[in-house]
Amino acid sequence: MKLKRIICIAISLVLVAALAAGCSANEKKGESGAFKIGGTGPLTGVAAIYGTAAMNGAQIAVDEINAMGGIKFELKYEDDEHDAEKAVNAYNTLKDWGMQIFLGSVTSTPAVATSAEAFNDRIFSLTPSASSTDVTKGKDNMFQMCFADPNQGTASAQYIADKNLGTKIAVIYKNDDPYSKGIYNTFAEKAAELNLEIVSTTTFTDDSQTDFNVQLLDAKDKGADLIFLPMYYTPASLIFQQAKAMGYAPKYFGVDGMDGILTLENFDTSLAEGVILLTPFNADSNDERTVNFVNKYKELFDEIPNQFAADGYDCIYALKAALEAAECKPSMTASELCEKLIGAFTTMKFDGLTGDSMTWAANGEVSKSPKGMVIQNGAYVGLD
Amino acid sequence: MKKNNIFLIYGTVIAAYIIIQLLMSAGAVTSSLRGQLVPICAYIVMAVSLNLTVGVLGELSLGHAGFMSIGAFTGVVACMSLESALPPTLPRFVISLLVGAAFAGVAGFLIGIPVLRLNGDYLAIVTLAFGEIIKNIINCLYVGIDSRGLHLSFLTNSDALNLEEGGTVIINGPMGIAGITKLSTFTFGFALVLVALFIVLNLIRSRAGRAIMALRDNRIAAESIGINVTKYKLMAFVTSSALAGAAGTLFALNYSTITAAKFNFNTSILVLVFVVLGGLGNIWGSIIATTVLVILPELLREFNDYRMLVYAIVLILVMLATNNATFKNTLRELVNKIIPEKLIKRKEGTTDGNS
Amino acid sequence: MTFLSYLISGLSLGSVYAIIALGYTMVYGIAKMLNFAHGDVIMVGAYVCFFAMTRWGINPVFGILLAMAVCTVLGVIIERLAYKPLRAVPSLFVLITAIGMSYFLQNAAQLLWTPNPKVFTSVVGNASIKLFDGQLSISVIAIVTIAACFVIMAVLSWYINNTKMGKAMRACSEDKGAAQLMGISVNLTISVTFAIGSALAAVAGVLLCSAYPTLMPTTGAMPGIKAFTAAVFGGIGSIPGAMIGGIMLGIIEIFGKGYISTQLSDAVVFAVLIIVLLVKPTGILGKQINEKV
Repeated sequence: MKLKRIICIAISLVLVAALAAGCSANEKKGESGAFKIGGTGPLTGVAAIYGTAAMNGAQIAVDEINAMGGIKFELKYEDDEHDAEKAVNAYNTLKDWGMQIFLGSVTSTPAVATSAEAFNDRIFSLTPSASSTDVTKGKDNMFQMCFADPNQGTASAQYIADKNLGTKIAVIYKNDDPYSKGIYNTFAEKAAELNLEIVSTTTFTDDSQTDFNVQLLDAKDKGADLIFLPMYYTPASLIFQQAKAMGYAPKYFGVDGMDGILTLENFDTSLAEGVILLTPFNADSNDERTVNFVNKYKELFDEIPNQFAADGYDCIYALKAALEAAECKPSMTASELCEKLIGAFTTMKFDGLTGDSMTWAANGEVSKSPKGMVIQNGAYVGLD
Repeated sequence: MKKNNIFLIYGTVIAAYIIIQLLMSAGAVTSSLRGQLVPICAYIVMAVSLNLTVGVLGELSLGHAGFMSIGAFTGVVACMSLESALPPTLPRFVISLLVGAAFAGVAGFLIGIPVLRLNGDYLAIVTLAFGEIIKNIINCLYVGIDSRGLHLSFLTNSDALNLEEGGTVIINGPMGIAGITKLSTFTFGFALVLVALFIVLNLIRSRAGRAIMALRDNRIAAESIGINVTKYKLMAFVTSSALAGAAGTLFALNYSTITAAKFNFNTSILVLVFVVLGGLGNIWGSIIATTVLVILPELLREFNDYRMLVYAIVLILVMLATNNATFKNTLRELVNKIIPEKLIKRKEGTTDGNS
Repeated sequence: MTFLSYLISGLSLGSVYAIIALGYTMVYGIAKMLNFAHGDVIMVGAYVCFFAMTRWGINPVFGILLAMAVCTVLGVIIERLAYKPLRAVPSLFVLITAIGMSYFLQNAAQLLWTPNPKVFTSVVGNASIKLFDGQLSISVIAIVTIAACFVIMAVLSWYINNTKMGKAMRACSEDKGAAQLMGISVNLTISVTFAIGSALAAVAGVLLCSAYPTLMPTTGAMPGIKAFTAAVFGGIGSIPGAMIGGIMLGIIEIFGKGYISTQLSDAVVFAVLIIVLLVKPTGILGKQINEKV
């Protein structure tokens, strides 16, 4: 008992000392002549793949820009474990570091929490990939690099109707994921408007994302010829495999979360043959900038970049363009930068890896056209 | 527990509050720490309340986050529905807290009746099961408000609420609640910690508390002297869940968004770690362990990728250090070398008796 | 026909839970502790087999054997370092160390093998048997898993009931102090239990990932909790109970999804569990212990 108390006191003393050290360490703002950009994302845990990709993509862009001369950036990413509480902690740590511009959070739920903080603190934020509308709702200084969820839902329904991809549609979505549910909601709405027939709607959760036989059987029994999969590619890969095992071969239609499926290590790409997805980024593109980016990414991180990495990369370049347009200086405070960047973002046009001539509306949503891709022989082929 | 020990707890908590307030007004507290003050308070209330179930009642619960979840969602719904009717924040906050606590308490009562008939790990797994069920149900729940009042819908989507023009969706299924106005402040959190301490410490020191501890130590003996098992078990369990509900409301009103997924098995386990590390039945220990373990991962940010690995190692080492005799002796020898013998002896004289 | 399909999916999912639950229940029965790191040992086993097969091109059989060897060593080391020093204190304290160990393994795996998911190649291929004009399909891996489950259960039961070490295990599970007095080395017995449990975890990992081929550092966490539930469901400490519990859990999960609602499947599984435990408070095959004054 007594010993425990001694240990407790010792730990508390260490904590106090560490906090005091933290206090004194954060008083150097804008000395280095670089803009301090901070971001949070899941670097550990289930969603770590998205956070690390966005971070790596952004880092490549920062290194490129710093090597060019002119504007300089300093980038710092903090782990938020895909959790709102941890994300706010990470955001506050970045504030202590002297962050001037916020790269938002990579995933939606944390981003809703951090964007509210950034709104109150007047720090400009541009999130690479948090696509929920709650992220931007009512916040004038919050911008997105990715499509908002409703846009993906409507665009998908529109696409399916326009191209006549399917008559009887089944949807499988993830019922504890705002991203998946958000896309499903608008998809269902738009589908009703376009007279697309949804014959089967089934769900899964984090706790039950192994076995999809029930969902697939339901779709099969109701004669669905197209399955819409608003989800990330990990569960989707299981769906493809299990559908094949039961001898069911519908068409699949995915959204941007499906991007990355071809980079899955040891994945049998023939399972994804014919899968259609809407994605803003194509790692196989012949575009010079994309090739350059993909090569650099492979060299540094030994894998093919996914859409999150490209979004992170684009964010940094978009910020560079906006900072130059608004003639900002690293010595400005975060709130001064915030007002200038809001002005710049709502007026500028930006060409990036994930879209050409992107523009931003005042509500923070990006307008770029999703590219319809179909997977053929293990590679993306443009549909249009 | 001695009386002066109780005052020590209150005194230290109040002193800690005053010191932090002073430091804050002097601008000497980092944003990182300032942002963690409210969650620390919420987790302290969680740990203290779970300690009532695990330490004092002696039943392992693996679903405490479920009650936190109920408190969080009902509290926020109350808070958002009262927004126009009751603009001042303090009464609205208090009412939300009470609503959260009441709903969680009722859930605790309903769940407690079947659960407390079981023993040991079977009880633990059933609490885990209830935690998962609560999470699943909230994921399928839609609540909205308009001028006609609250609307509820289950297993559908927010359109099924049939809200009037200008109505707002509060709980939106898996998206949870977004756009919460932050009402929680450190002072509110601190007040809740004091209230929780007051309730739990008084319960432990009361006649009922002694009955509960008697049940823990030997149920059959306690029953044979006429202690009503169900009544006292439920008393501890319901108090514990109501406090967890209040903690949930405090926690939720500190963030602009909450989702049901947050209050999962891992959160239950996290709070259990606080309790066990602080010492079963030791309220003071719960407070310290919670504070240290909530701040620790933030302090470990220097380690970048290795952060959670270091956290895991620290957790294992602390468990070994506090519970293993050989480890303890080595440590004691080390302490003896650093601190002169005399000092320790004198200390022993004063703190003897409550260890 | 749908019913049969559901039943088969349920059986194959359930047998994966059952194999994991066997490891859980063994360790619990003898060491009286909930080894929350068990799920993560499964993950390690699956990774070892994955690397053996796809990176080094080793035959699947040797891959499994290698995974078993690595997990056995890992299990014994974990027991020695993290659990053995705490043998004298209440099991709740060991539970926390086990949770710490689980965090440790997950984060170490993430640092070693990156968080990116990998697709596991099934050790028996992806073939499936089609019945009734292809209306009903049973994958080979499901048959293998179910068979493995029965074989492991039978062997374990035989081992515990008929060998000297098995006798020692039963003695330790009844009363450690008395077992020690009878000349049984409690430490050795518990180490052997962990070794067997961890070797089983490796098999479970390989079968889990063969049936559901996504491999990530968190792959073991959720099946671990489900298997823990299954072990309690069947009566924790009982080997046939773990198997029945696992299979029941799988079937309930699939039927819950199929006949009630996919949205509510988790709630259905746990609600059934609660009802069963209220009727039989020590699980399906658990021993009724009469309390003595």
